[in-house]
Amino acid sequence: MYEQITRNKWKSFFLILFFLCLIFALTWAFGELTGWGPQGFVIAVVIAVAMTFGSYYASDKIVLAISRAKPVKKEDYPYLYNVVEGLAIAAGLPKPRCYVIDDTAPNAFASGRNPKNSVIVVTTGLLQKLNRAELEGVIAHEMSHIKNYDVLVQTLAVVMVGVVALLSDWILRTFFWGGGRRRSKSSKGGGNAAAIFIVVALVLAILSPIVAQLLRLAISRKREFLADANGALLTRYPPGLASALKKLAADREPLEAANKATAHLYIVNPLKDIKGRVNKLFSTHPPIEERISALEKM
Amino acid sequence: MAGIWIVLILIAVFIFIVVGIYNSLITLRNRADNAWAQVDVQLRRRYDLIPNLVETVKGYAKHEREVFEKVTEARSKAINAGTVKEQGEAENMLSGALKSLFAVVESYPDLKANQNFLMLQEELAGTEGKIAYARQFYNDSVMKFNMKQQVFPSNIIANMFNFKEKEYFEIEEPAAREPVKVEFG
Repeated sequence: MYEQITRNKWKSFFLILFFLCLIFALTWAFGELTGWGPQGFVIAVVIAVAMTFGSYYASDKIVLAISRAKPVKKEDYPYLYNVVEGLAIAAGLPKPRCYVIDDTAPNAFASGRNPKNSVIVVTTGLLQKLNRAELEGVIAHEMSHIKNYDVLVQTLAVVMVGVVALLSDWILRTFFWGGGRRRSKSSKGGGNAAAIFIVVALVLAILSPIVAQLLRLAISRKREFLADANGALLTRYPPGLASALKKLAADREPLEAANKATAHLYIVNPLKDIKGRVNKLFSTHPPIEERISALEKM
Repeated sequence: MAGIWIVLILIAVFIFIVVGIYNSLITLRNRADNAWAQVDVQLRRRYDLIPNLVETVKGYAKHEREVFEKVTEARSKAINAGTVKEQGEAENMLSGALKSLFAVVESYPDLKANQNFLMLQEELAGTEGKIAYARQFYNDSVMKFNMKQQVFPSNIIANMFNFKEKEYFEIEEPAAREPVKVEFG
């Protein structure tokens, strides 16, 4: 457990470093293509550093805003509060803040940079469709994501993948709309070097979102099994989570506020359209049947 | 000259390790104490909820005096219990009394729909869950603390500074671990 925590902190560090380099390279390419030269370089450094700090401190807020989650008071959701408080005690963590998404599709996720600054988000559908033992199973799963620092890695990934996608999009657009002009201008001297620059920048722009995506998947899939196991350890009642997962799997309604960037945060895939082999490779979640049978063997 | 330095460095490393182990033992002990305090907090919360609950039920079911007396008696016994064992027994009695209180409620449909009653019932169920989780966390913390005192090399430091192993919280009756189940048809 404690090894997991250290490993996740290192993973977050390398994730930040990797994305810092990627964003740096992309902004440099952007500067080259637009012909800003050294100024572009400075802008690249500023953007990369600002994005990194910004995503460390604000990524949970960004994720909450994207998911349209609202903070709730204890008087309005005593049931949810009691379950969250109970499991925070069981895990020996400070109580995470509670947020609710107004959507009938049952789902949940956790976010935050450390246990002190963490949130647990559930949909109103989850509260309606699960009984107490099942809800405890789901919240325990999220609580162990928080305890393991999975939330930090996952939430950072959301923002950084988003930033990389945005930047590469800009570069491609600059190339299509303004690139031609620059190419003809620079071809007067050292046309070869300029051509190579453009090719490198383009390859970077096309490949980086894919790399970012695969990286995000790699970090999220294994974590689900671990969080299931640790969650079962918290409630000491694996059938609770197992039957909750069965109910969530049987529900075919997609969650409206979820998108491809945030899908991997949720306890089960909120998009509900995963079918076929290619999709399995790009799937953010392990098959739910495997998770249920792992829980039933405990 | 070099020999002195090596000895000094070894002593420094030794002191460093001892201090590290000592501090981690203190941390683990404090965590276990804190976990026990958390159990008390939740038990107190439960005692505070019960009079409110009894009052609310009384409003609808005045003549069920026997049940109310049993609950009130069990509550005061649990509050005034001296030893951990006494408290455990009183807690069992209290859980039993609450069970019969909720059984009485079954025959009052108006009460079952009362917003205040539903709120109290949810609070009580939540608190029961928290008590169980607080005890579980206490036992987890005690296990880590005791383990640290048994394994090498921290067992030497623990002996040197006279650390004592803590007792686990155990309930003889398996049914007592379960929260009061209230099912409404």
